[in-house]
Amino acid sequence: MISLAHYLIVGAALFCLSVAGIFINRKNVIVLLMCIELMLLAVNLNFIAFSHFNQDVAGQVFVFFILTVAAAESAIGLAILVVLFRNRSSINVEDIGTMRG
Amino acid sequence: MLQQILFYLFSALVVAAGAMVITIRNPVYAALSLVVAFFASAGLWMMLEAEFLAIALVLVYVGAVMVLFLFVVMMLDINIAVLREGFARYVPIAVVFAVLMMVSITLVVGPKHFGLDQVAAPVAAAADYNNTRALGRALFSQYVIPFEAAAVVLLVAIIAAIALTLRGTRQTKAPKPELQVQVQRNDRLRIIKMEAEKP
Repeated sequence: MISLAHYLIVGAALFCLSVAGIFINRKNVIVLLMCIELMLLAVNLNFIAFSHFNQDVAGQVFVFFILTVAAAESAIGLAILVVLFRNRSSINVEDIGTMRG
Repeated sequence: MLQQILFYLFSALVVAAGAMVITIRNPVYAALSLVVAFFASAGLWMMLEAEFLAIALVLVYVGAVMVLFLFVVMMLDINIAVLREGFARYVPIAVVFAVLMMVSITLVVGPKHFGLDQVAAPVAAAADYNNTRALGRALFSQYVIPFEAAAVVLLVAIIAAIALTLRGTRQTKAPKPELQVQVQRNDRLRIIKMEAEKP
């Protein structure tokens, strides 16, 4: 029988993979955005697993909102990326240091 | 038994596709691996009886967001070799961090605290239980204000994406009406006096 811990561990594995992806793909903004999507997917899996095992639909409502915000985030992120590429002809993170933040 | 086979199949697929996303060289293949990860986790969500969200994940994410990703990846002409610089350098520290995080999270959420003894499996839902109906009932009664706020978030995202990517100058050759109504007779017509000439 599959327990809650199984699902939580799959979510944790996905989350750790995406953290590692942010470490190793630190120059490529597109893959960074994809890693953020993977992270949100891991969090959503946890929400749905808890919702199922606690018999409470509120967790699924939260997943709904996370999906909304993630879609908005990736749309704006990709728009920024297109503008950046149009101005600089590159999406290397090293080239975006103009503001010296 | 079938449930366990499906669970391990989908979990292995999710983790393998996630690993492909972060390690693969070509961003197009990374986006396609992300599509596989979304499909497999939609299967996991289906096993958790979140049918509406599983379908929404496939329709919204695979159908819209990933297509947007693929569109941008293919439109931008990126030099992968430059972007892969330092890839090997950061792999050891990434592996160390990931393993540390994995071990610590597993200690917290592992079978010791969230196993079947602690959190019993839920009783099966009644035959007339409808996940979409339950979700919609919660969404339109208890969570109606956040629902409207989510709609506003999407609207802001649409406007922001359009405002960011719209070109500043006008590309069309259409006349500008606000300038045309201000034209005076003297701007267009000049009367000159001259002697009549023989042809």
